[in-house]
Amino acid sequence: MKLHPVKLLFLQILVAVVVLAIWHIGATVPIGGDYLLPEFFFSKPLDVLSRVVELFVSGTIWKHLWITLTETVLAFIIGSVGGVVIGFWFARKPVVAAVFDPYVKMVNALPRVVLAPIFMLWLGLGIWSKVALGVTLVFFIVFFNVYQGVKEVSPVVLANARMMGMNERQLFRNVYWPSAMSWMFSSLHTAVGFALVGAVVGEYLGSAAGLGYLIHQAEGVFDVTGVFAGMFILAAFVLVIDWFVTRVENRLLVWRPQAASEQN
Amino acid sequence: MAGQLIDAAGKPTPAETAQAGRPISDGPLAVALDDIAISFAVKGRPVFNAVAPTSLHVNEGEFVAIVGPTGCGKSTLLNATAGLLAPAGGTVSIFGEPLVGLNARAGYLFQQDALMPWKTALDNVAIALEIGGMRRGEAVAQAQDWLKRVGLARFTERYPHELSGGQRKRVALAQMLIRQPKILLMDEPFGPLDAQTRQIMGTLLLRLWAQDRKAVLFVTHDLEEAIALSDRVVIMSAGPEARIIGDYPIDLARPRDAAEIRLDPRFHALHRMIWNQLKAEVAKTYGDDMDGVEATS
Repeated sequence: MKLHPVKLLFLQILVAVVVLAIWHIGATVPIGGDYLLPEFFFSKPLDVLSRVVELFVSGTIWKHLWITLTETVLAFIIGSVGGVVIGFWFARKPVVAAVFDPYVKMVNALPRVVLAPIFMLWLGLGIWSKVALGVTLVFFIVFFNVYQGVKEVSPVVLANARMMGMNERQLFRNVYWPSAMSWMFSSLHTAVGFALVGAVVGEYLGSAAGLGYLIHQAEGVFDVTGVFAGMFILAAFVLVIDWFVTRVENRLLVWRPQAASEQN
Repeated sequence: MAGQLIDAAGKPTPAETAQAGRPISDGPLAVALDDIAISFAVKGRPVFNAVAPTSLHVNEGEFVAIVGPTGCGKSTLLNATAGLLAPAGGTVSIFGEPLVGLNARAGYLFQQDALMPWKTALDNVAIALEIGGMRRGEAVAQAQDWLKRVGLARFTERYPHELSGGQRKRVALAQMLIRQPKILLMDEPFGPLDAQTRQIMGTLLLRLWAQDRKAVLFVTHDLEEAIALSDRVVIMSAGPEARIIGDYPIDLARPRDAAEIRLDPRFHALHRMIWNQLKAEVAKTYGDDMDGVEATS
């Protein structure tokens, strides 16, 4: 069953309206002398909205958005490059892969948040400690996907390319690389998401700027309005990035059946 | 869909008529497999002898079909000729020279999809020339021409997943032929297609082949297809230790239409003759179990 787009949009908006209405009534209308959602703990939707507007109007938010974006992008790029290089290396050299296998598994099993204090100690409170945290998250996703992508190249496609007369370099360019990239791009959303998680968590644990910092500061002074405003902006920020990633993905994976059917 | 395919396949061209007849073999054999044995070593098991020492010669310009039950080692023989697989014993000679590494003079048409899914039909065909160092512009022009020849002029910008199975095979055919290989190796190339499309593809293959006759080794489990296409049908026994158990010249006139030739009385006579001899051999190899024999009439 498929809803009409207008009807769907209406229902989606309705959900927001109902939730906001409950929130608003709970915070402003006393029931039997008690507030269902005391303002101190839950703030009020209109207050949150005016705080968001204020952050944008005063311009203070831009610096934080910029810092978080920079950290996310850097973490994504560095993690991806590392993942691609090491992924290729391991996939083409099974001996290396076998030797490092237990260590890769060990590091990947470690919850990365515990590394944050170490990175802060090593790299200071600036953006690089957050980038490093993001890199450790992004790297493994990209690494595993590239490794798999190179390993899972169809043997028939490979044999066909060899029979065509491709040398190792040409095989890399025309077969291994596109295959690995298709796997990597299929995890693009996850990878970018993790880069952002690394940045925000890093900021939250210790920094002087960024969305994570903003939320942490507000929490520190029991400014619930500020916390919600920060969360709201963060969510919107993630949606914008996700939209952008989807565009890139559709562009790059045009040859894939799923990507094509989504476009139609 | 069907109409378009029939259009594309068309009727045999004059070129095929002009060159009809049995090829002359003055020069060295295009393919000479002498006492080839192929074994697979699987860990923890005795060595599996897929192909017992067997010999097969293919003249220049000759279309040879290898028929046998599924899993009898036909493909293995083909892979040895391609250089994708090293035989355990015997020699592979290509135009009189022993084969070292991959067979650079052979084109290979695989049963499964072998196109690069991330390239369009045009790029898939053009790359075959580009890797040889040809300029992109020229390679693309030639690729366009070849796609036209296989009846895909309007599908050049499609990705493999946007093409039907038959269309993908046509792209693969163009990809193989554009390099002008001296030897064509085909491993049940039309196996995954429906019966109708198989016959159309067979006719298309014959038409393209007739323009510039190459040596062809065509593996199939379909005796009818083998007779319809080839100059010679070679029968292999079931594995393990598969070997060639029959070799029949096909004296049907060319040009042929892979579908219409099946109505020819001579076709039936050949089919009956080969199958009668084959039946006994296959029954011997299989014992009482005849279920696996696919080359039934």
